Amino acid sequence: MSDAKSSEKPGAVMAGVTQVVNWIDARMPLVETYEYHMSRYWAPKNFNMWYLFGVLSMVVLVNQLLTGIWLTMSYVPAGDKAFASVEYIMRDVEFGWLLRYLHSSGASAFFIVVYLHMFRGMMYGSYRKPRELIWLFGMAIFLVLMAEGFMGYLLPWGNMSYWGAQVIVSLVGAIPVVGADMMEWVRGDFLMSEITLNRFFALHVVALPIMLIMLVFLHIVALHHVGSNNPDGIDVKKHKDENGKPLDSIAFHPYYTIGHDLPAIVLFLIVFCSVVFFAPEMGGYFLEPPNFEQANPLKTPEHIAPVWYYTPFYAMLRAATYPLFGMDAKFWGFVVMVGAIALPAVLPWLDRSPVKSIRYKGAISKGMLAMFIVSFFLLGWLGTQAASPFYTLLAQVGTAGYFAYFVLMPWYTRVEKTKPVPERVPA
Amino acid sequence: MSNGEVNLARRRFLIGATSVVGGAGVVGAAVPFLASWQPSAKAKALGAPVRADVSKLRPGEILGPLPEWRGKPIFVVKRTDAMLDQLEALEPMLADPGSARPSQQPSYAANRWRAREERKDLSVLIGICTHLGCSPKYYPEVGPQAFDGNWKGGYFCPCHGSKFDLSGRVYAGVPAPSNLEVPPYTFESDAIILIGEDEESA
Repeated sequence: MSDAKSSEKPGAVMAGVTQVVNWIDARMPLVETYEYHMSRYWAPKNFNMWYLFGVLSMVVLVNQLLTGIWLTMSYVPAGDKAFASVEYIMRDVEFGWLLRYLHSSGASAFFIVVYLHMFRGMMYGSYRKPRELIWLFGMAIFLVLMAEGFMGYLLPWGNMSYWGAQVIVSLVGAIPVVGADMMEWVRGDFLMSEITLNRFFALHVVALPIMLIMLVFLHIVALHHVGSNNPDGIDVKKHKDENGKPLDSIAFHPYYTIGHDLPAIVLFLIVFCSVVFFAPEMGGYFLEPPNFEQANPLKTPEHIAPVWYYTPFYAMLRAATYPLFGMDAKFWGFVVMVGAIALPAVLPWLDRSPVKSIRYKGAISKGMLAMFIVSFFLLGWLGTQAASPFYTLLAQVGTAGYFAYFVLMPWYTRVEKTKPVPERVPA
Repeated sequence: MSNGEVNLARRRFLIGATSVVGGAGVVGAAVPFLASWQPSAKAKALGAPVRADVSKLRPGEILGPLPEWRGKPIFVVKRTDAMLDQLEALEPMLADPGSARPSQQPSYAANRWRAREERKDLSVLIGICTHLGCSPKYYPEVGPQAFDGNWKGGYFCPCHGSKFDLSGRVYAGVPAPSNLEVPPYTFESDAIILIGEDEESA
């Protein structure tokens, strides 16, 4: 009796669900969208670990949005209250310390996964045709993320917040003619003040997150339109079965979602939470010691270093030390830094290789990529150090290495000998 | 107008006219948003001149706590004769020894001391590095420093290693492009200086 009843029940529930789904489906493309992006999104079967950092970026984005919203509930963006309100969050708000550390460590985690995600694209030529637009949306995300991190760093109103922001806003002053006026316009004052804090707060919690979400949406729409690249850079759409499914692809859901991404998310969260609980300051790299002192417009910290994720670009800014063509060194530092950030955007048009993936590229490409990594890490380390003549020289060498990877690419990708790319994904 | 025939010229004109009017509207609507970022009346009011008492300043000393003008730190230093004497010898190492950039000082300070002739010893500078806005530190002692083995005394910016002499003149080959700025200032009496106003601006 009871057995018969319980076997009937799920049927009834399922029928109800189907009815609801049908009702929605008649009014918007629910099932179609789900299939297009999940169960019938064909992803190449040869993804490796490098393909985890996209989904991990999404996980961190959700963490930032959630903890960020909760932090605004206790934070006060006023010059005389901001620093104290962060202390209040840390000491008096229930679990405030956890929300703040999740958010501050999340910022560093965001850049770690995004840098790895970008590096994956560089390694396997994911920016190549027809994925140029995905890459451009990605670069825009990277830019917004840098602005978001920069403005967020001012909000605790610590002394490093204050002077770090002062240095970066002063960069605008390097623009010829209009620079000085623009600097006042950005700050809304003759120096960094509460007025600047207020507008950075508005941009950090409203304007930039909206842009970020929109860009992530476009990034994924473009990706799902052309399909994912893979470590071999093989076009999997060339060989399809009679139903139009690429032979070397598998459904994104459930194979990648459950089999690939979920364990990675769990592993990532274990590592992330270990940092949040045991090393939220990460030895001064995630949260810098001078920031435990309130902003003081009259006292620059002994040694100003940005948070680690900006240091490669900061080192390049400092590397320009002599005037050229009648423009002073400060202007060239600004140009070098902006160039270093913007240059990866044109990668799709710099890479002239007949193959996409580094696996089939020649020795020069491999050497240049290795040099790029070394330069990036060297610059990243130099950016955390105080300036000295020897370090400045090293930074100039690193800057040359960084730029050479991009500027020489049209040449070395054409002259080198590449390996033949297989028709099908190797088993 | 005949039935079913489209007047393309008129359509183009209407699209063009609508775009121009719409574009003008967007530009007009953007003005308040962009202009609201300018310093507010309150921010401007806080930029009033400030007074500092220099009567107790001893030779070689910097006035502390630092006076603030427009929220920026002001370095007021009473230099010794020895300090003033060595300014000339430094000039080959400086980028702009003659203070040629008019934006960096009032005309009365465009000299070797970057100070008023009648009070050469008293240096008044905005303590903001002309590179990226850090506040340099005052290192008056002559002798080897970590940043310069042959230091002659002056200001050093820890952020990016810019060096200035005791007149705030920038050394050549450092990131800062120009000399430290001299604010407008006047002597109300021997003891009191007014920073932020002078006979040129008043």
